[in-house]
Parts: sequence; structure tokens; C-alpha cells
Amino acid sequence: MKADLNVNGKAVSVEVEPRTTLLDCLRDQLGLTGTHAGCEHGICGACTVLLDGEPVRSCLMFAVQADGYAITTIEAVAPAPGELSIVQDAFCETHGLQCGYCTPGMILTAEALLRRIPDPTRADIVNAISANICRCTGYGQIVEAVALAAKRLAGSNVPRALPPGDGA
Amino acid sequence: MKPVPFDYVRPQSIAEACAALAREDSVIIAGGQTLIPMLAMRLARPACLVDIARIADLAGIREEDGAVAIGATTRQTDAEYSDLVARRVPLLAKALPFVGHAPIRHRGTVGGSVANADPAAEIPLVLVTLAGTVVIREAARTRAIAAHDFFLGPMMTAIPTGAIVNELRFPVWAGERIGVAFHEISTRQSDFALAAAAAQVSLDADGRCLACAIGIGGATPVPTRLDGAAEDLIGSTLTDDDVRAALAGAIDTVEIMVDTHASPDYRRRAANTLALRAIAEARDAAQQVRQGRA
Repeated sequence: MKADLNVNGKAVSVEVEPRTTLLDCLRDQLGLTGTHAGCEHGICGACTVLLDGEPVRSCLMFAVQADGYAITTIEAVAPAPGELSIVQDAFCETHGLQCGYCTPGMILTAEALLRRIPDPTRADIVNAISANICRCTGYGQIVEAVALAAKRLAGSNVPRALPPGDGA
Repeated sequence: MKPVPFDYVRPQSIAEACAALAREDSVIIAGGQTLIPMLAMRLARPACLVDIARIADLAGIREEDGAVAIGATTRQTDAEYSDLVARRVPLLAKALPFVGHAPIRHRGTVGGSVANADPAAEIPLVLVTLAGTVVIREAARTRAIAAHDFFLGPMMTAIPTGAIVNELRFPVWAGERIGVAFHEISTRQSDFALAAAAAQVSLDADGRCLACAIGIGGATPVPTRLDGAAEDLIGSTLTDDDVRAALAGAIDTVEIMVDTHASPDYRRRAANTLALRAIAEARDAAQQVRQGRA
């Protein structure tokens, strides 16, 4: 079955079985392996991508359902090759990642949170990342990273780049 | 963790969807947040998925005839962020953040949660507590089923084969001083509820209870209203003692679920305590309305 997708601002057409999840399509057919496959049944959040700017589990939707949405993966978060987004940089600085498996999902969840709530409380941050499991249990530093990113974004005089297609 | 192969169709209208469902072993997919894990674990092996998520007539939130009608495929976050829901069905607004996690609610639909009828689900509990209705569409006709007749058992509803949930109607209470509360116990945040309680009260100018709705879920096979306790509270000022007395024994005769997650005794006690807290919090919230205006 053919699916016409908009991934990171680019229109792509893929031939998939209906049972192919968006996760498997992104990784295996489009080579975007930054989206991690974890539990594959919606529990862990490693496969989080943004759909029209909001975090969703890419293992809990089929590629054939995903046409018409602006899909953003971790590959599109950095402003340029070799650079890091403010959120990514904050994760590095606060040691917000250990093994790194949950990190793409955590970063995208944080990016979406900070667009919706620019000045989040600790409870807002904890609530947002509660959807994502870190098996290294480095939650303390992850919360710190998101708080630091919020502070830096508030002080930044560069306009926030919205992900492609997010007209909100 | 890969589903068995299946066909996928995306009808453009409710009539087309009903026709597609006539095929044997076809199932509806809307948000897919419960169905897709079932498929991944191969607990479900349908021949065909009928995707109703893009049928325009099935989504949207509007107020009419004393109720807020929410289209079946309305995303849970759309209801959660809706001003109309917050103002007119505040109990639903209170309960929605307990539904899964935000990424699940971005895809999950309000009607899907009702059609799925998980005993731990929050939206069915609110619908039953408020004595709402489920509007279903069969091939040629539409009909409304009262929420308490709709949920038959865990994952079992009164939806006939081949029918589709069209919309849910949450009654809007008249009255100035309305308070609501929703409480739930689960092992982790946003995990399945072991017990949950919802309460909505309406007070008169003197703080006496004009109307009261109490429901418990999670502990019970289907969401259950505690009508006897609610009736006992009408006319009282909902003091903690009044509430305790009204709830005494109210849950003793209610069927409680048995599974490995919690004992029936625990669930009964938890449901009772959560109901107590919910009514007290709803009372306090309703009292604030007067203080806010004084």
C-alpha cells in the first residue's frame, strides 16, 4: 500500500504493508534510525515523534495512517549538521543522558512541552516526561536539562524555529 | 511485536464505514492506542482494519439540548484543552489528564475509550456518573443508549455488530454552584486505575446539596453510580460526617473485580475512600464559587 508522508518537511512516498508501523517505516524504509524501537507496544516512549508538533508513539500508529500530518523526528531538531538544539545542548550539559536510548524521545517530548509551556514548573516537566521511560533512571538530570533549556530559550533572542509544517 | 497482516480501508462516510464492517473479522480503528498493542502482541488478529479517524461527521465538540456532545473520533487532548468542556462538563476536564499519558491522548479518541470499555477507563466513568448517553450509528439508523445500559462488563458493551459509536452526550447541569472532583489510585502515574471515583455536586445559596452524582470505577467490572448514597446526601450540607454516613455500606453490595493487581477488599476500601475524598473536594469547590463572588 502506498503512503504519502511529510517527514521533517520533505514529502516522501513509501510502499508499505498496512501492518508496518510508522516507527518501522521511519527506521527501515527512510533510514531515520534516530527514532528508537523500544517496547513496540506503547509503554516506553523511545519511539516518540512529533505529529503536527505534538508527541506521539510512532509504534502505536501505522504508516498508512500518517499521511496529511507533519511528522518530525529527532533528525530534524538540530539547526544544522554538527550543531545541537538548545534542548539537546542542555541535555549534554546537565548529563541528561547516560546510555542514550530514551534520549531522542525525551528530547522531542521536551521540545513539544517547551513550545506549549515556555516556562514550565517542575511538575509540568515531570508530568511531560512521565510518558517516557529511562531505564538508566537518570530522571533527575533529565528534569534539570528541561528546566535549563527553558531558561535558555527564555533568554534567547533568536526566534524559535517551529518544526516544518507546524503552523500553530 | 509485529501484527499479523491485515487489510486497511479508510471509508469517507459513516455509511461506508458500516458497509466495510460487514466484512467478517473487520474491526474499527480510530486512535488505535489500545488496538495497536493488542495487534502487536497478536492478541487481536483481524482480517481488516476500518479506519474511521478521518470521517468528518464523527469529530467535534458542541453544546446542544442540555448536553455537550463529543464526536466519537475527537482526540482526547482536543477534549482536554476544550474551553467548552472545561466550562460545561468540568468533571470530564478533571478526568482526562488521568487517561494514559499525553502522547497517548494525542492519538486516543474519546469514543474509542468508551467503545473499548476497559474497567479502568476514566471517560466511561465520567459518562456513567453524569448519566450520559452513547449515540450509535447502524447502517440506516441512529439511536441513543443510556450509559448505564451501555457498559455490560469488562471490554463488553451493548454496541451491536457492525455499528459505530457516533457521539457521546455529557449532560450539562444547571445551577450556579457546581463542584467536581476525580480521584484515582494506580501503581504508577497514568497506569491503569485500581480504583477511581468521580463526584459532581450542586449547592444552593445556603450550601445545601441540590444534586449529587457519585461514580466509582477501576474496582468494578463496569463504571458504577452510587445512586443510593447520592440521594441520601441531597438536602444536606455535605459535611464529612454526612458523606461518611451516606457512603457507609454503599459499596458493600457492589461487585468488585478480582485480579492479580489488587485484592477485592483493598479495592473496596480504596473506592470508598476515593469517593469520600471526591465528594468532599467537589463540595469545597462548589463552596468556593460563592466565596469567589462575595
